[in-house]
Order: sequence, then C-alpha cells, then structure tokens
Amino acid sequence: MSTLATVLAELSAADQKKANAATSAGFAYGLAAIGPGIGIGYLVGQAVQAMARQPESAGQVQTTMFLGIAFTEALALIGFVVFILLKFA
Amino acid sequence: MILGLDFPPIDEIVKWPDWFAKGSAFGFNKVALIYVLALVIPTLFFGLAGRQKGFVPTGVRNAAEAVIGFVEKQIMLPTMGAEGRPFLPLLVTLFSFIFVANIFEVIPGFQMPGNARMAAPLVLALTVWVIFIVVGVQHQGMGYFLHIIWPPGVPTGLKPLVGVIELLSTFFIRPFSHAVRLFANMLAGHILLVTFSVLCISLWTASPLFVINIPTFFMLVGLTGFEVGVAFLQAFVFAILTGVYIGGSMQGHGDEDPLHHDLAPAAAH
Repeated sequence: MSTLATVLAELSAADQKKANAATSAGFAYGLAAIGPGIGIGYLVGQAVQAMARQPESAGQVQTTMFLGIAFTEALALIGFVVFILLKFA
Repeated sequence: MILGLDFPPIDEIVKWPDWFAKGSAFGFNKVALIYVLALVIPTLFFGLAGRQKGFVPTGVRNAAEAVIGFVEKQIMLPTMGAEGRPFLPLLVTLFSFIFVANIFEVIPGFQMPGNARMAAPLVLALTVWVIFIVVGVQHQGMGYFLHIIWPPGVPTGLKPLVGVIELLSTFFIRPFSHAVRLFANMLAGHILLVTFSVLCISLWTASPLFVINIPTFFMLVGLTGFEVGVAFLQAFVFAILTGVYIGGSMQGHGDEDPLHHDLAPAAAH
C-alpha cells in the first residue's frame, strides 16, 4: 500500500467533502470566466471599432458598451459567488 | 498557509465585530458606519449646494451640478429620454450612495466597501424592482403583465416559451442579478486587495519571498487605482440599469421608438 493511499484512507468524510468543495470551487470560477471573457473581449473590440469609425457617436457607444459589459459580466460574477459559497459556506 | 503566508479566512475580511449593542438587531459595526457616512456625505454635499442663491454657481454647487449633469446626460437621457426626468432624483441618490459606499474600499482606516455585504445591494435592487413594476402598471395598466406573458411581435408558436422566459427574467432573475452584480464586484475587489496586501506583508520579513514579492507592491498600488475605477463604474452601472429597467416599463415591448430600439434587447434580462 502506497503512502498516498494511506493518506486518502485516513481522510475523514468531512475532510473529503472539504477537498471536493475546494476542487469544484476552482472549477466553478474557472469555467464561469471563459464565456464572459470571450464575450467582453468581443464586445469591447466591436465598441472600439465603432468609436474609431464614428468618433462623434462615442458617447452613445460607450454607454451601450458599459450596459453590455454589465450584462455579460453577470455570469462571471455568479460563478464567483458560487466559488465563495462552495469554498466558505 | 502557502509558503509561510497566512491568508485570512473570509470571515475576518468581511465580518466586522459590533462596537456596541453586540449581537442584537441594532448592532453597529464598521459596515453600518460606512452606510451612515454614505447617507450623510451626499446629503451634506447636495444640501450645501442647494442653499446657494443666485444664477452663477460657485464652489460646491459647481461640483454638485456637474454630478447631476453627468447623471442626466449619461444615465437618464440615453435610457429613459426626457420623460424620465421625475426619476432623476432617484438616479442621483442611487449613484451617490453607491459610489460613496464603494469608495471606502480604498480609504485608509476603513478599507471595506460597504456594498461587499449583500444587504445594501439587495435592498436597493428590491426598491428598484418595486419601482419599475409600479411604473409599468402606471404607464400600461394590466397590459404591462400581459405584454410580458404574451409578448407581441413573436411567432404564435413561440409565445408561451418566450413568455415564460420573459416572466422569469423580468420578475425573478432581474432583481437578483442587479444586486449580485454590485455585491460580487465589490467583494471580488476587496478580496483582491486583501490578497495583494498579504503578499506585501512578506516584504517586512527576511524570507526568500522578499525578492519575488517586490512586484506585488506595485501591483497593489495599481490595483488600488483600478478599484477606484471599479467603485465608480459599479455605481454608474447600477444607476444605468435602473434607468433601463424603468425606461423599459415606460415604453413597453411593442414599441416603435427608434431611439430606444437599440436598448430593447439588453433590457430583456
């Protein structure tokens, strides 16, 4: 029997639950960051392009851009809240 | 413990001990003090500005008019148009309260964003939730609910599906995401600053970490500036979403106004 197997066998059920929670907390935030990352990058890129093409509409584009960022970012933030709940609650 | 660094547990960085009336509903701690200050500072600021007479603004009135002008031009007009003027005081109040509560994140001695506790964002979001439903009923009568459950301009076969999604997203997910957006942003910023502060502590000790931790000091300085921007941006975003929600209740879904057409898809969430 190897050392690792001994350590694993000695882990109590509560410790294993904690370890599972920590692992899934990392996955929860990591996976939740992928989509919004792509989304915000695309969104801001398009907004910059729009502002470069039509500088006179920069104000309107900026307001709509922040609005879009707020909606896109919500998914990542919910992932962050899930991370906090899994890790600490 | 990672490499001799001791990261504090989450309870230590967001739960503050009560100063008096311990444990009761009237317990008063640092976060409560921040809320009171966030209430008093804008009241004094706008109150002092409002006491000035005459046509030419000076001093504090200049600043107050700049804030109100910013909220009017950047938040009210793009989302609600001129008919949103009755809601300008609400938007200015929300904006200034949230901004002042957030900016305590970087003020030495406090260094805790008031909105990193769920209570205040939730109350603000529920207030906005009640307001936009009342405005919707005022402007469209019971048709407001009917338009959400049975949306016009959607193919008949899809109407039940879209109706259920709209119903859920408007009345249940909207206040939740509105509150969580502010809360989670401020909590994340707070944890970020705490993490880099803990890394910087190792600069005082004679450990081998000293060398690799020198850049973390500059990161901490940069992130503090970044968090000032986040504090402002989150107050702005909360107020602009309030404007979008109330504006959507005013306009309805089958609206042909081209000015609001580009905001309509975003208002669906």
